[in-house]
Amino acid sequence: MSILEILGKRLVFGVGTLLFVSVLVFIGTEILPGDVAHAILGQGATPELVAQIKERLGLDQPLHIRYFVWLGNFVTGDFGTSLANGADIGTEIGRRASNTIILALCTTVIAVPLSIILGLAAAVKPGGIVDRAITSSSLALISFPDFLVAVVLVTIFAVKLRWLPAIASIRPSYELVDWIRILILPVMGLTFTILAHMVRMTRSAVLNVLSSPAIEMAILKGVPRRRLLLRHALPNAFGPIINVIALNLAYLISGVVVIETLFNFPGLGRYMVEAVTNRDVPIVQTCAMIFCSVYIILNMTADILSIMANPRVRYKK
Amino acid sequence: MPAPLLKVRNLDVSVRDKKGHEFKIVDDISFDVQPGEVIALIGESGSGKTTISLGCMGYTRPGCHITGGSVELGGVNVLDQSLAALQELRGKDITYVAQSAAASFNGAMTIDAQVTEIPIITGAMSRSDALAKAAQLYRDLELPDPDNIGKRYPHQVSGGQLQRLMAAMAMISDPRLLILDEPTTALDVTTQIEVLYSFKKLIKDHNTAAIYVTHDLSLVAQVADHILVLKDGQMVEYGATEQIISDPQHDYTKALMAAAHLMPDEIHAPPVVTNEDAPLLQVRNATAGYGPNQDIIALQDIDLTIHAGETVGVIGESGSGKTTLGRLISGLMGAKKGGIYLDGQQLAQSVGQRSKEDLRQIQFAFQMADVALNPRQRLNKILSRPMQFYRGLSRREADKEVARLLERVDLPTDFAWRFPPELSGGQRQRVNLARALAAEPRLIICDEITSALDTIVAQQILDLLEDLQDELNLSYMFITHDIATVAKISERIAVMRLGRIVAQGTVDQVLTPPCHEYTQLLLNSVPEMRTDWLDEAVVERRKLVAALGD
Repeated sequence: MSILEILGKRLVFGVGTLLFVSVLVFIGTEILPGDVAHAILGQGATPELVAQIKERLGLDQPLHIRYFVWLGNFVTGDFGTSLANGADIGTEIGRRASNTIILALCTTVIAVPLSIILGLAAAVKPGGIVDRAITSSSLALISFPDFLVAVVLVTIFAVKLRWLPAIASIRPSYELVDWIRILILPVMGLTFTILAHMVRMTRSAVLNVLSSPAIEMAILKGVPRRRLLLRHALPNAFGPIINVIALNLAYLISGVVVIETLFNFPGLGRYMVEAVTNRDVPIVQTCAMIFCSVYIILNMTADILSIMANPRVRYKK
Repeated sequence: MPAPLLKVRNLDVSVRDKKGHEFKIVDDISFDVQPGEVIALIGESGSGKTTISLGCMGYTRPGCHITGGSVELGGVNVLDQSLAALQELRGKDITYVAQSAAASFNGAMTIDAQVTEIPIITGAMSRSDALAKAAQLYRDLELPDPDNIGKRYPHQVSGGQLQRLMAAMAMISDPRLLILDEPTTALDVTTQIEVLYSFKKLIKDHNTAAIYVTHDLSLVAQVADHILVLKDGQMVEYGATEQIISDPQHDYTKALMAAAHLMPDEIHAPPVVTNEDAPLLQVRNATAGYGPNQDIIALQDIDLTIHAGETVGVIGESGSGKTTLGRLISGLMGAKKGGIYLDGQQLAQSVGQRSKEDLRQIQFAFQMADVALNPRQRLNKILSRPMQFYRGLSRREADKEVARLLERVDLPTDFAWRFPPELSGGQRQRVNLARALAAEPRLIICDEITSALDTIVAQQILDLLEDLQDELNLSYMFITHDIATVAKISERIAVMRLGRIVAQGTVDQVLTPPCHEYTQLLLNSVPEMRTDWLDEAVVERRKLVAALGD
């Protein structure tokens, strides 16, 4: 199989998964308890009014018709309007998504290089002091739920020391400095939650490569320690590392719900939480679809990158 | 006598076991290597030969450490050097050729990048000088397309070529001492002599001193000036090559000589059996392959007959289709054309469609006993399961059968309560055979069952196979790449090449000249215990390869 075929196959799988996910999301929101029409009308729901609203929203159509209409609209970028206040979902999503992306990007830029460096440092001498310090502290970090980490951070830096704001709401007048001030705590919270996983994975991937005959050969032919790690071990450990990074970045986009809610940060995660509370089904569907797409796209990219990084696939016999 | 280049004195290497006790795996080893001289370290697995050779570079594998003695290279004690100083020494003065080049090359870098890495990063050569020197070495080693082969990645060249490329990597800095660790063991027999020949030439032309590590006495006779025989980490015998092979003093050396993979002096015709009965198993005109619709043909028009109580040797190199044939017969894969007949009845294609009774009669013994046996099951469970499944024995009957079976393969009966990792390699291979026997089969397909074993242990397994055959009237299909072994134990032989059987018949018909060119090539590749064999064999080999014409 040529590399184009492999990539093409992977792409088809990705799109297929997305379609499957869309069915799940649609059905999932359909079988949620409670009826949208009832939710909108509240206590004043009479059977006539309910039927009227159902007709206006297209809810009287059969399930599969509504699915395809919804999917068609979604693909063409028409996310519909909020049931609660009639606002255009697309505009709101755009605003919220850029906030979330800023948050995720800042975290990525800090967390990825840091975790690779720490993972390598731990792998240099397994069982040594550095390794034990890094692995035990990352184990501790994994064990703490992210909300606890965030609360501890807020308690220390906002409540006790009063250095940083506890809440990260955004005002239009904000300058760069203000942005940095409000982002520090959420970014720290997110970094701590994803760092541990990536450090441990980098460490074990590099250790795995370090115990291979190819590395023993490199030692025996006199390759200096630093070059051994960076030039010989790291490229061979790329596959697993790329995959764990992608998994964590996907988590950043979709799993920020807790952190955004905690810091009252106006991103996608909080948008979805608010919509769930209001039974605002179109928003929930759209957010869920966006999260799933990002998840699948990132994982697909990781797969493609690790395929490309492997010379056995790049260059045929 | 000039001062030796390498002086090893009283070298001890130890490992620490789980309880923290030190355990010596290399015990009080001393030897010298003169400039330009080749010394061979020879012994079976666990004899410490690799550990000693690595110790000469000041390196130990994880878990081991050097606990005593000294290693001096040109007056410098290697063991006293700092890690940084060692890394300089290793790149320049002592270099290493590993057993499996396929595993030891870095798959993410081109060959040139790895061959020229050390002289370039140490500043000893410019990039262009290093590349030119590499190309010259490729030419000396008779590699194809020497100007471009280095631009490829390791997976793009063959195993024999990689092994030679690794020698080029070791020679690029003009080392004073070259260490070769079983450099031809992973290769096909017909490739082995070519590689061995180019190593010998390289060492001679550059006048490099070398340590050659191997388990094969007949190979070492071709390249070494001195031989050091090792057993369990201790020196058994140390002397000039001629003396060791013509007049071994120690019993262990004699045992090694006796078990060497040599062709028997005479090939006896098998006793003429008038076989009135229908053959036990027949493969009729079978073609099979891999991939969708079996498009990649691995076996072409195979006809093979096995009678009851007979051993049929199937011999060929990697990729010849010999293992695929075993898989086809056992039903692990189906045929595209043709069929398999047991007692004249056609067998179903796959294991799933065959009846229990058909399955019981043909059993498979795999090459790697340590992989084929579940490490978390006791032998009792491993052996009683086929008895219960195929023969419907009760638990109690099976327990008794297991004891009887263990005795039959010469293992103590209390082994029933052990786990496979607690056994030695030879013992595990016995269990592997016992598991096949547990079904009371009539045919056992033995796929390279002795190749991973040391020569002396392998000989014991072969003896066991013969005893079992006499007692139980078993048939064997013995798949191997080792023509010397097959010549000793088979009644009939099939020689396979590129998915076809090129020669087939009784052992004396197939192996006595005049025979097929490919059979001749295989015969020519079996080392002989004399020091001038290699040069003659290489000349002969080139003629035969040209005659085969591909």
